[in-house]
Amino acid sequence: MSQQSSEQNNSYDPMDEINIGMQGLAQKAKDPKKTIKKLMDYLSPHKTALITALFFAMFSTVFSVIGPRLLGRVTTALVDGMLAFWFGTGLLTNFPYMAKITGWLIALYIVSSICSAAQGIIMARLSVKVTYKLRTEISEKMHKLPINYYDTRSHGEILSRVTNDVDTMSQTLNQNLTQLVSSVTTLVGVLAMMIWISPLMTAVAVLVIPLSMLVMMAVLKRSYVYFSEQQKVLGELSGIVEETYSGRDIVCAYNGETDAEERFAKANKKLRSCAWKAQFMTSIVEPIFSFVGNLGYVIVCVLGGYLAVRRVITIGDVQAFIQYIQIFTQPLGELGATSNMMQSTIAAAERVFEFLEEEEEVKDTEKSMRKKQCKGRVSFQNVRFGYQPDKIILRDFSAEIAPGQTVAIVGPTGAGKTTVVKLLMRFYELNAGKILIDDIDATNFTRGDLRSIFGMVLQDTWLYNATIMENIRYGSPNATDEEVIAAAKTAHCHNFIRTLPGGYNMVLNEEATNISQGQKQLFTIARVVLKNPAILILDEATSSIDTRTEILIQKAMKNIMQGRTSFVIAHRLSTIRDADLILVMKDGNIMEQGNHQQLLEAQGFYADLYNSQFTEGVVTEELNS
Amino acid sequence: MSKIFEFMKPYTAMILCATVLLVVEAICALALPGYMADIVNDGVLPGNIPLIWRNGAVMLLITLLGVIAALAMGYLGARAAAGVANDLRQAVFQKVLYFSNAEMNRFAVSSLITRTTNDITQIQSTLVMALRQFIYAPIIGIGGIILALERSVSMTWIIALAVICLVGLVAIMLVLVMPKYKMIQKLIDRLNQVSRENLSGILIVRAFSTQKFEKKRFDKANKDLAETNRFVDQAFAFMTPSIMLIMNLTTALIVWIGARQASAFRIDIGDIFAFLQYGLLIIFAFLMVAIMFVILPRAMVSAERIKEVLETGSSLLYKKEPTKFPADFKGVVEFRNVSFHYPDTTENDDNVLNDISFIAKPGGTTAIIGSTGAGKTTILKLLLRFYDVTGGAIFIDGIDIRDLGKKELHDKINYIPQKSLLFSGTIRSNLLYADKSATEERIKNAADIAQAEAFIQRKPQGYESNVAQGGSNFSGGQKQRLSIARALVKNAPIYLFDDSFSALDLKTDALLRAALKRKTNKSTKLVVAQRISTIMNADQIVVLDNGKITGCGTHAELMKTCEVYKEIAASQLSEEELNK
Repeated sequence: MSQQSSEQNNSYDPMDEINIGMQGLAQKAKDPKKTIKKLMDYLSPHKTALITALFFAMFSTVFSVIGPRLLGRVTTALVDGMLAFWFGTGLLTNFPYMAKITGWLIALYIVSSICSAAQGIIMARLSVKVTYKLRTEISEKMHKLPINYYDTRSHGEILSRVTNDVDTMSQTLNQNLTQLVSSVTTLVGVLAMMIWISPLMTAVAVLVIPLSMLVMMAVLKRSYVYFSEQQKVLGELSGIVEETYSGRDIVCAYNGETDAEERFAKANKKLRSCAWKAQFMTSIVEPIFSFVGNLGYVIVCVLGGYLAVRRVITIGDVQAFIQYIQIFTQPLGELGATSNMMQSTIAAAERVFEFLEEEEEVKDTEKSMRKKQCKGRVSFQNVRFGYQPDKIILRDFSAEIAPGQTVAIVGPTGAGKTTVVKLLMRFYELNAGKILIDDIDATNFTRGDLRSIFGMVLQDTWLYNATIMENIRYGSPNATDEEVIAAAKTAHCHNFIRTLPGGYNMVLNEEATNISQGQKQLFTIARVVLKNPAILILDEATSSIDTRTEILIQKAMKNIMQGRTSFVIAHRLSTIRDADLILVMKDGNIMEQGNHQQLLEAQGFYADLYNSQFTEGVVTEELNS
Repeated sequence: MSKIFEFMKPYTAMILCATVLLVVEAICALALPGYMADIVNDGVLPGNIPLIWRNGAVMLLITLLGVIAALAMGYLGARAAAGVANDLRQAVFQKVLYFSNAEMNRFAVSSLITRTTNDITQIQSTLVMALRQFIYAPIIGIGGIILALERSVSMTWIIALAVICLVGLVAIMLVLVMPKYKMIQKLIDRLNQVSRENLSGILIVRAFSTQKFEKKRFDKANKDLAETNRFVDQAFAFMTPSIMLIMNLTTALIVWIGARQASAFRIDIGDIFAFLQYGLLIIFAFLMVAIMFVILPRAMVSAERIKEVLETGSSLLYKKEPTKFPADFKGVVEFRNVSFHYPDTTENDDNVLNDISFIAKPGGTTAIIGSTGAGKTTILKLLLRFYDVTGGAIFIDGIDIRDLGKKELHDKINYIPQKSLLFSGTIRSNLLYADKSATEERIKNAADIAQAEAFIQRKPQGYESNVAQGGSNFSGGQKQRLSIARALVKNAPIYLFDDSFSALDLKTDALLRAALKRKTNKSTKLVVAQRISTIMNADQIVVLDNGKITGCGTHAELMKTCEVYKEIAASQLSEEELNK
């Protein structure tokens, strides 16, 4: 099923699909005992359903285990009747007795199936319920974790908990748990029945079967080794394929085809040699199983026949025994597979619980200083901050920004220009010091109230899978269509939206190909216009935006900056020069602050940076002369 | 599927042997119940113990023979399937390697990756399974029916009824559940999408305090998935017991009816047992085939997708007897009335480039500027022959590039793409990409010019530092510098820069360009740029607008004559810079 999806899946990761193949291979949990306990706690609200299902599973198995014995009774009655007839000692057959037994048998089978279906349905409902709840909790947790949690983890890692790990848990709940119960019941029940029929035959059968099971285990172990090997090589090969295909322009322009072919052929050959071994191991599991079954079958036939002749057991019992021996190998195989699955489940549950138990953001204040009208005065007082407590990057930062002023944040790439912004909106907690908004400590607001004061436009635009209208309305759910359109006009994207197929109702997907990066940024500006915040945070575009759109963006930004306090991560000289305050950043720290004139006179890092901008012209000249 | 058969040809002998072995295995399985019936009829009932032992021994041998045949078949099948998969993969990979950009775009990279890996793995496992089920199951099924008829004609209706019930059940499941089952994947994708959007927009979500809204969106996707899952899981929970019930009732029915017939002396008791065994074998055979019909469509889709790749010809053909450049290569690039439209679009309406003519001379810089979508990158791609022009021609030193061999052409060009891409390996293996024999000095020199030497040296392992797939363990700026260094090691006489400095900060950018200038002063340079400051001093600036040249000349000339250029300049530069 994974096939169809992969192409619609935008952030395609071939490893996802490879992992599906890996599911059979167990992963180890770090602390299984603790996780099992948590899992139990988690299931405790569904205790009644769970226990009912387990009982149903047990009943169903017990009934089906009794079946062959009853069936054997019919046969025995038949044979006895015939023998009696031959020897002239009785009636041909005892039909009423046979009919009674067959009736019982059919009733038994029906009840067994009903129990089994009931069990299945209860567990299916239960697992869906638990899965739904787990996913909801994960989703809610995502919004409660501090931002720095996401700094150190890849999205894929968290995503795989939402889908794969929860799926594994649901599968186990749905099938493996009751499977375990019915496997054990079958094993015990069948063994009991066999001993009941004939301890001698049971002894022989039980001796033969574990021997074969040992062979089986060896095969499974080997096949595990080959499968992991195959997955590893397949991953390697996928890596080569992925980078060759996505870097094909380079491969072509640099005549790298032969090189790529050789690399691929080498990996492909390696894959072939472990693929056939893995494939071989898989394909012999079934024959070996049936061999074990047949071996038991032959032994029972011979030994049972011999004992039946000797009148030690009845012929119907031989028949029943044949059926039991065929059932007997099944639960052994299932138990192996289930225990494997249980291990991955516990590992998956551990990862899910780990996520759910991550430390959350510091609690919001109870009494928020909600403000109707924010003037936009911002002051930083001795702010001290580091992304990690042992790596402080802002040591002692203070600044006063009057309402309506523009602050430009400048510095080379990777200097941490967004840090100040993230602190302002309280995405991170300060290590010391205070940030005041209109002379109120930011921690005296709830995060929601605090953030409602700000409007943010990032260069890395974020739009979601919905119409343009809904995307602009994001954050102001009560805005009317007219208000959205007015905002789009202010943000200079109204005209462009009108030319799109569907206009405002065009649905954006992650790869909205006919919409450029710059145009996306215009949407996010419109979003902020609609929100009408007191303080703005803007991220100026660097180079990947075409000039005409950039003009529009500049105009739009200028429009919204009017009369508002603005923090601009600036690249454009004109913005920087006109700013009331420039914060010069390097390696995460604020090196210098002041206005353009002051900073130039200081002859520091800013002056350096500024001059390099001008020397650039000189260098270009040199380059092209 | 036919394409796959073609690839199976080299393994015909293996597959034939496997088939013979399968037949042996099936015959073995079918033989057992007969011997068992004989044990009951001629051994147990008359009390003939030697016959029991004899038949037992024969059955043991048959079982042994059966498992040996199965193992040998498994071996041959696995080898053949792995071989076919290996050949298919190689063929697909080689095919894709020589696709032009047109074919690459048609398929999309992610789809091609799936086709080369997962689709073929799917074929491999299906091949073994199909071989087994499509040969083994029918033999068992048909053989079972014949042998069952031999034991008792009058009871065959029971088996027929059971098979009909099972087939009906499977059909109902296919019709009712399969569509929902297929939907699940889509719903999981949707859930993934919402989660991914939540993760990538975590700052925005918090900035706009839209957590509640996002929770609702997630909940919708979650609920849809849960509801469909509930339906499908319950259907499956119903399915297994139903199959079990049908099988069990069949057994009970055979014994009951068999008993009645046996007491009327129409059938031997042993035959009831044999019939029971055959009945179960037949039912299993039908189930196997039914399962194959669920699996097979998936493999067919994969086969179709692979075939599509294999049957796509590259739209670029290189001449069989290509022209070679003369020894005194100069590097004059000329575009003469070039126009271009993508293969799947029509001429004129959808032309990406129209009537492009210019000459780029050695030692000089030709800059190409214009807004996104104006066709700047396309010009470079045409020169690299990622596509062929649809009108006009491109010449290097007077030779039409379509007359050149692939290697001949690409050996002369250094291409630094917009999106820097490194290959997994080490920094050194990346720098050596174009020329494995490059000396240490050349590498160091290239890294130096590209302003990469400093950060390479700061790494504990220097040039031997590991590069992850795609270069993901390097920053954008570092990747760009390494990709420039890679081009410099190649040292070809024509340079194509496609907005190659965008990730660098201004200071590094300036240093790099100053160093580069000295290195490339004799080369022909084509530079695609967004920023005027980057190309202000080029010898020749080509201004593109909507695929047409609207101006060509130096900065000073264009500022006087070209409206589009003036507009761009005004947006980027301050007054004083413009007038400088």
